Amino acid sequence: MRILLIEDDSDAAGFLSRGLREAGHVVDLAQDGAQGAEFAHANDYDVLLIDRMLPLRDGLSIVEERREAGDTTPILILSALGQVDDRVKGLRAGGDDYLAKPYAFSELLARVEALGRRQKPIQAETAYTVGDLELDRLSHSVSRAGQPIPLQPREFRLLEYLMQHAGQVVTRTMLLENVWDYHFDPQTNVIDVHVSRLRSKIDKDFDRPLLHTVRGAGYVIRDDAR
Amino acid sequence: MSFVTTLGRLLRTTAVKLTLVYVAVFTALLVGLIVYIFTMTDDLLDRQLRETIDAEIRGLSDQYRVRGLTGLVNSVERRSVAPGASLYLITDFAGNRIAGNIDSLTQSLIANPDGEARPVYYVRLGPSGEEEARPRPALVRVFVLPGGFRLLVGRDLEERTEFRAIIAQAAQWSLLVAIVFGLLSFLVVSSRVLRRIDAIAATGSKIVDGDFTRRLPITGTGDEFDRLSDSLNTMLDRITELHAGLRRVSDNIAHDLKTPLTRLRMQAEAALRQATSEEALRDALQATIEESEALIRTFDALLMIARSEAGSATVALAPVDIAQIARDVAEMYEPVAEEAEVTLSVEVPDTVMVEANRELVGQALANLIDNAIKHGARDAEEGPKVSVILTDSQVAAELSVADNGPGIAPADRSRVTDRFVRLEASRSTPGSGLGLSLVEAIANVHRGRFELGDAEPGLKATLVFPHDPKHLAQDRS
Repeated sequence: MRILLIEDDSDAAGFLSRGLREAGHVVDLAQDGAQGAEFAHANDYDVLLIDRMLPLRDGLSIVEERREAGDTTPILILSALGQVDDRVKGLRAGGDDYLAKPYAFSELLARVEALGRRQKPIQAETAYTVGDLELDRLSHSVSRAGQPIPLQPREFRLLEYLMQHAGQVVTRTMLLENVWDYHFDPQTNVIDVHVSRLRSKIDKDFDRPLLHTVRGAGYVIRDDAR
Repeated sequence: MSFVTTLGRLLRTTAVKLTLVYVAVFTALLVGLIVYIFTMTDDLLDRQLRETIDAEIRGLSDQYRVRGLTGLVNSVERRSVAPGASLYLITDFAGNRIAGNIDSLTQSLIANPDGEARPVYYVRLGPSGEEEARPRPALVRVFVLPGGFRLLVGRDLEERTEFRAIIAQAAQWSLLVAIVFGLLSFLVVSSRVLRRIDAIAATGSKIVDGDFTRRLPITGTGDEFDRLSDSLNTMLDRITELHAGLRRVSDNIAHDLKTPLTRLRMQAEAALRQATSEEALRDALQATIEESEALIRTFDALLMIARSEAGSATVALAPVDIAQIARDVAEMYEPVAEEAEVTLSVEVPDTVMVEANRELVGQALANLIDNAIKHGARDAEEGPKVSVILTDSQVAAELSVADNGPGIAPADRSRVTDRFVRLEASRSTPGSGLGLSLVEAIANVHRGRFELGDAEPGLKATLVFPHDPKHLAQDRS
């Protein structure tokens, strides 16, 4: 993916762009708001990473400008302002996702990759398949190796989200935000418990596990055999 | 010197400015009144004089008609000597004096009798015919008798002049007295006012210097100054409260963050010193990251608490269905409860709308359920249970989380809401350790309350969301 990173803190910018490049992405770096807006205007990116507080120009104004210009490139806003309302403001300005500093790089990478995929034309997929695991969105049914697996509604949505992002790391916060639609800190490992419940239903009786834990990051559903 | 500065300060005060305006207005009114009375009285006197003169002329001309010149002269001579008499003069057509008590008149007056009384100066003749030294003012009228004789009748104006002088003097004195007393009384009042203001200012500057225990003096009379001082004192109380809150928060932040920071540092140092393999280093780094995440979490919670306590938390509240939040969060914790062998039950109506922030209410409820599962129900004597109960009334919606554990003794409940105590207690268990104080902060942000009660047995933690009558009214309209 081609990513534009607008971040004025050179340490953070260096760290982020190195990490993103290691993950196989192409990164353009702008160190202030004016330059960032220029880059975003001049080039075509898959994802824009915009820091909220920038020299010369406010990050949110760049987001608004892109949206007014009809640019639908996914935007992830990075901010030190982590209050509930700050997030709402960021999303209202046209951001697709909001990440409060300090964040884990794995969280950022997972979100960037999820956003980048969103950019591709979303086919009206009615079913997802990973290995021999199948999920039918219309009939709300899940089966593995032809064997139906009954799931609770929440487990179904959890699996649906994981399979939608098959092969991509999905963090706990992403699950909380997208499956439960909440953004608070659940204190305990509630998400882990939900995932392990789901895992026991889809993986337990089969020799090849599909739902993997990525240490220090989150989860990924993928078929290792391929 | 000090008198001059005092005077100067006095002159700059609002009280003195007001005094001057009032005294000026008052004086103007008084002058107007005096002038009015003076003119009216003067006019009256003047009219009376003229009428008297006219009446005498009528009487004397009757005498002349009936008894001729001799009769007239007799009458005039008789009247002339009476005390306080009018002025009389009879002359022939050439102005030569025949009888009367004044010496002579200007030719012009005699020559031009016009029937109108007019003011003149004259010299009076004493009873024996001697002249007075000084000419006196008088109002006279000349009347032409049949046969060419002139009859002059007049009244001395000395009295009226004196009367005028008396009035003028009285007016001057009363004005002077009015102005002096006005100024004095207002100065007294304003200096009292000034003293009160000085007292307030002095206390104010002591407070500015850092003595926050000071309060403005209240005399107990309930006047404007007392009311002002009272509201300023209330403001000072609030500031002191916020100040103390801020200090507490910074103390707590220092305390709560230094400990994990020290731990973090020690972990890193230990890893540097002891780690022999890459795997060990990796583990140490992972532990460091986890520790730093916990730190960030603590920091966020502290910030939220601090902001809500300082009253500066700006969170947009909108109508949300907290029944849905209760079901969502309970469902979220269901597997955790099951793993801990706790029965989690939910008694929630279909919908309960309150003005709230969905995320914060979710956070608060998550903390309460988490707390109940970890600390409350764990120690239950039989079948650990946690219930999420939502009730709604006209006044408020109440969202409770109850467990059937040992609960907290009523005496300790207030202590539990104190951050330090709970922090000490919760150090041994995982989590940010700020769970309940964060819940309280969230309740404050919603202008609600956080209450700890008895679930008999167990602890019942309740978030109260009062229905604001204003919002209800808005919804209906």
